[in-house]
Amino acid sequence: MKSNQTRIFNKSHLKWAMKQSLVKLNPATMMRNPVMFTVQIGTLIMFFVVVYTFLSDHHDQGSVWYNLSVFLILFATLLFANFAEAIAEARGKAQADTLRKTRKDTTAKKVVAIGEIYADEIKEMPSSLLQIGDRFICVAGDIIPMDGEIIKGIATIDESAITGESAPVIRESGGDKSSVTGGTKVLSDRIVVQVTTEPGQTFLDKMIALVEGANRQKTPNEIALTILLAAFTLLFLIVCVTLKPFADYAQTPITIAAFISLFVCLIPTTIGGLLSAIGIAGMDRALRANIIAKSGKAVETAGDVDVLLLDKTGTITIGNRKATKFHPAPGVSISTLVNAAALSSVADDTPEGKSIIELSGISLSATELKDPVFISFTAQTRTSGIDIDGKRIRKGAFDTICKLAQHAGNTVPDQTKKEVEEIATNGGTPLLVSENEKIIGVVEMQDIIKPGIRERFQRLHRMGVKTVMVTGDNPLTAKYIANAAGVDDFIAEAKPEDKMNYIRREQAEGKLVAMMGDGTNDAPALAQADVGVAMNSGTQAAKEAGNMVDLDNDPTKLIEIVEIGKQLLITRGTLTTFSIANDVAKYFAIVPALFISSIPALQALNIMKLESPASAILSAVIFNAIIIPLLIPLALKGVQYKPIGASALLRRNLLLFGMGGVIVPFIGIKLIDMLLSVIM
Amino acid sequence: MKRNLFISLRLTLVMLVLLAVIYPLIIAAAGYFTSNKGNGKQVIVNGKVVGYELIGQRFTDDKYFQGRPSAVDYHADGSAGSNKGPSNPDYLKTVSERIDSFIVHNKTIERKDIPAELVTASGSGLDPHISPSSAFVQVPRIASVRNLSEEKLKQLIQAHTEHGLLSPEKINVLQLNIALDDLK
Amino acid sequence: MNEQITGIILIFLSAILLAYPLGKYFAGVFSGTGISSIMLPLEGLIYKISGIDPAKEMDWKSFLKAMLTINMLWFIYAFFMLIFQGYLPFNPDGNAGQSPDLAFNTAISFLVNCDLQHYSGESGVTYLTQIFVLCFLQFVSAATGIAALVAVFKALKEKTTSTLGNFWVLFTRAITRILLPISIITAILLAYNGTPSGFEGKDTITTLQGDSVSVSRGPVAAMVAIKHLGTNGGGWFGTNSAHPFENPNYFTAAIELIAQMIIPIAMIFALGFYLGKRKLSMVIFGVMTTGLLLLLIPTIVSELNGNPAIEKLGIAQPSGAMEGKEVRFGSGLSAYWSIVTTIISTGSVNSMHDSSMPLSGLMQLLGMMVNAFYGGCGVGILNYFIYIIIAVFISGLMVGRTPEFMGHKVEAREIKIVALVTLLSSILIKGFTAYAAFLVTHDPDNGWVVPPSLWLNNPGAHGFTEILYEFTSANANNGSGFEGLGDNNFFWNITTGISLLLGRFLPIIAPVAIAGLLAKKKYIPESPGTLRVDSVTFGAMTFGIILIINALSFFPALALGPLTEYFSLDLK
Repeated sequence: MKSNQTRIFNKSHLKWAMKQSLVKLNPATMMRNPVMFTVQIGTLIMFFVVVYTFLSDHHDQGSVWYNLSVFLILFATLLFANFAEAIAEARGKAQADTLRKTRKDTTAKKVVAIGEIYADEIKEMPSSLLQIGDRFICVAGDIIPMDGEIIKGIATIDESAITGESAPVIRESGGDKSSVTGGTKVLSDRIVVQVTTEPGQTFLDKMIALVEGANRQKTPNEIALTILLAAFTLLFLIVCVTLKPFADYAQTPITIAAFISLFVCLIPTTIGGLLSAIGIAGMDRALRANIIAKSGKAVETAGDVDVLLLDKTGTITIGNRKATKFHPAPGVSISTLVNAAALSSVADDTPEGKSIIELSGISLSATELKDPVFISFTAQTRTSGIDIDGKRIRKGAFDTICKLAQHAGNTVPDQTKKEVEEIATNGGTPLLVSENEKIIGVVEMQDIIKPGIRERFQRLHRMGVKTVMVTGDNPLTAKYIANAAGVDDFIAEAKPEDKMNYIRREQAEGKLVAMMGDGTNDAPALAQADVGVAMNSGTQAAKEAGNMVDLDNDPTKLIEIVEIGKQLLITRGTLTTFSIANDVAKYFAIVPALFISSIPALQALNIMKLESPASAILSAVIFNAIIIPLLIPLALKGVQYKPIGASALLRRNLLLFGMGGVIVPFIGIKLIDMLLSVIM
Repeated sequence: MKRNLFISLRLTLVMLVLLAVIYPLIIAAAGYFTSNKGNGKQVIVNGKVVGYELIGQRFTDDKYFQGRPSAVDYHADGSAGSNKGPSNPDYLKTVSERIDSFIVHNKTIERKDIPAELVTASGSGLDPHISPSSAFVQVPRIASVRNLSEEKLKQLIQAHTEHGLLSPEKINVLQLNIALDDLK
Repeated sequence: MNEQITGIILIFLSAILLAYPLGKYFAGVFSGTGISSIMLPLEGLIYKISGIDPAKEMDWKSFLKAMLTINMLWFIYAFFMLIFQGYLPFNPDGNAGQSPDLAFNTAISFLVNCDLQHYSGESGVTYLTQIFVLCFLQFVSAATGIAALVAVFKALKEKTTSTLGNFWVLFTRAITRILLPISIITAILLAYNGTPSGFEGKDTITTLQGDSVSVSRGPVAAMVAIKHLGTNGGGWFGTNSAHPFENPNYFTAAIELIAQMIIPIAMIFALGFYLGKRKLSMVIFGVMTTGLLLLLIPTIVSELNGNPAIEKLGIAQPSGAMEGKEVRFGSGLSAYWSIVTTIISTGSVNSMHDSSMPLSGLMQLLGMMVNAFYGGCGVGILNYFIYIIIAVFISGLMVGRTPEFMGHKVEAREIKIVALVTLLSSILIKGFTAYAAFLVTHDPDNGWVVPPSLWLNNPGAHGFTEILYEFTSANANNGSGFEGLGDNNFFWNITTGISLLLGRFLPIIAPVAIAGLLAKKKYIPESPGTLRVDSVTFGAMTFGIILIINALSFFPALALGPLTEYFSLDLK
């Protein structure tokens, strides 16, 4: 998926798209797009006019070649519009083909169940026969036959078939990294997996459908815009229909070709032809960022997001905290503290624990110790440590250890209290160490803020998006990191329901909230958020709850998603403006051309000084046709979003696409006319 | 619906009393103290009503200052403009004829001195005014018909010219002609 | 010449200076605060007699139902009064009843605040119908428009609400606190400047030259006041405010001009005061004033320069193009009036627009097509609201958000309504113009009482403009006309009648419905990424939308009408 990122088109896509532009001429397909459908009707009428002029001796409809040219240009207009849509679909289509290869039926090693009991017996069967609740086994080299959750074991898995990322990932039972996706390959070890989805409903199936745009539905905004464009089309239909009696009154005959040319030029064919391409390209841009949006609406909504909930760890700070300094309590030597801290962390494989050992410089291994009793962290005690040599060494958060000490009748040294506070205000996390319920010192843990993250948040701030950091840290630490990273708000000591409440509160004020999550306990919040991005490594529940899945598991992706959403909307808006603004020049080309023969005074309106009525009309329709393919790259790439404030952005886009839309066709039509006058 | 209709009926009646009875009566009562009890200011010569100050009159006689052409021929029980478009050939022909006719009656006047307003119809057809230049251009004719000095006529015109602060200078043709009749 | 321009500027500035405090006063009237509350006892009486519960709030549907019910009643009342006026009292001139098609047209025309008049006031109506029908409708139609606008204000003010106020209350307040008091002042000023206010009928006199002439009169002042204040435009006499009794001098012209401008402009300021968004009202005012100036300047220039065709006849045009104009106003003020009356949907005239220069005619038409540069009493801003929604939709996209207006998302349903209204005016104007043009071209001598060949007072492009103008005026509920058109016959009475009805009520229903729908939606607070509708940029965008929609929609028609005439007049 990461390949082809640099190029918009490639050869095979082009070929496929060209074929599709013809296939899409089917009126049933065209009808979905009212603007282009009317062009198709116009083209059909022109076809009959060509036949008529060819067969008849009358020249009341102009020459055969003139009518034929108009017909061909209109036909080209249709093809161009279809091509735009097809080329936008091409990448998704290619992607789907690759994925489909992955989906081919594999053999599953099903664990035979007898009633509620799973036997050790294994039965090989086609993966398509697996049912929800079935269990199967995969060993190194197997393709995982079905989506599921690991219930036993740990394995390294190659997910490149889906993510394009070749580095293997680790999946294990329990916790938030237990889900596996059908079609991926087990590289090592052995796992038992329970099936979680029905055949045909797997992640891979859904993904194929999504990238292919098979059940692509128009988003609410696209529907509204289509209505507006249809209204414009009708408006110009009225203009053209009523022009006939007007012209009769003025005793000016107007050919059918001229009427249809005028009509096609006036209706917003540019945006009409590119509209669905823009929508598909938006999803596609998300796809290229390795995000699978479950609907176009989700991408659109992302552009509106007001509040972004970001987990501190991994998004704002690099990985985990590190121990940076030991602060012994008064009367305790530093080596005593270092030693105790190191001992307490021997059995602690959390990154924090490891970093303490690292900082202590003492290399210990559990096996070297005499009769150690490891106390692991539990929710009740909220401490961990070791009992060794008659010493009870514990480490834990400030209040827990304090309570422990006070309970045993020991006091908390004032200096330690001061140090703890200092560490917290500097964004660090203090970890207290006690020996036999006596506080012997503090280990300072520090977060490391990701380089460049501050700038990204500033950019979001300028976009009008409020960033909220979610962390389990205490408020003081959280505040320090929030300030240092430049986020607007934070939720400290966050429990899963805090996220939910925060989202609800913001939504009650009418704001749209986006968040990213991976764990099962994130699922309700992901579902509640307007844009919920689940990490691909996350649990099935989280992936089901969110409306996007990030294949890279990159928490900073949210920022990109917001920009993709905005780009999508901006592209729609600017091209609509451009398309409508174009009409001014087209009027000045066609209206004088229609009437000059009988009302010479209107020559004054021919401000482009076009050669002849016929060349004027042809130039206008040619311009109208070729502007579509010329704008395809823009439609696919999207108009760039600049976080310069709404009014400034509007001003910029109005100048660029509004004024530009007025001026460009004047130049374009004049140039085409000059070319035509040479040829004619 | 029924309730709305019920309210509508009663509200309409109340509003009719307020807007069609009380309101016009207030205005009529206030206007009662203006000239002619609010029925339009009349111009009286020797005890006889000869016109309304604001309503223009037809003057075809060469001895009078003439007002502007009128689409209703100054019949003040109606009012109308010509409603001719500026490019209408028939209309331009009519204007051209008026110019010729004016020159016939005012032999000393050159074409370029004829103000357009004397050959174009007013909006109401009852325009009581002309501009000073339209009066001056008629001076030679009236002087010769009435045997009056042009100087005296010019003075009369100046005396009757109304200078508004912002409004165009204008002369009430009826008043001017009454004064002209008085001029001996 | 300079004096004429100075006069125009002074009149314009006076209108704004009066409108600003008035806007503040209006905001008080509709939020129920301020000194206007002295009217409470009178209103209490009105509510009591009419059986109105002033505390009852209405949602947008019941609001519109109430409005439409009473309007329907007024139509029936007016229609029958006009038909039977010949038999009714208070008819000193002995005028006859109107034909059913004319009564249909007249009743609708005054009901919808348009006042297109296919009759002449001197002979087509009686004092009874002038006062009890036409003048009455001028009050209530203006009040209807104001009430509808205030409903939209209410919807915009609340974060989320389902009620828009009480139609009966807003309507009554518009009359008792706004229209009636200002009308009384205006009418008295007019009466003391020579406009008749008494009830005597036609007077027959012998002129100085000895002709016997009848002079029409009547209680003109009362009607002329509300005709301008309520942006109605229907005059007592056939030639409206060109008639010396309706508009005796320059001062009354200034009063009438100011009277027709103050409510529409004050409503813009009222919006700012009422919503607490003064910057928004300033931007709207700025856009509308820019529109006014763009239409006004070419008009004044071309009128002051005079008719090139007359220039060629070799005579002097020191006071500009004077055909159809009055000496006491001059061509400058008449040009100004013709633009004010067309942008504001008053439709009263102090000169005959049929005889305007082609460029002026073009500008008058554009003013009516846009119909939202200040616009009519209440309805001007309602029309502008429709343009705003389109602008919001497109520019919302351009800043990368799904479109929202004042905290509410604009979605497919609102766009559908907007599309309908925009298409409607296009269909009504061009459709009927096409039909009439077709009849004139292909069926000029059909058996109708007035055959199409006799409809037009002018040939060629100007004749076409007469048709276009009539339907544009009807659709815009303006009421002015290229009066050369032979419009008092079945075809015109019925077609313009339909135009009038649809052109009035859909553009009122639509914004109220949109506002009602928007107000019900969840409120979204503003963020730095939100498109601000009170910025100059958005104002420019709205202006662009107005320009583009109207120019694109009407360019061919305008090219065949006024533009052809303009260019051929230049060529001759």
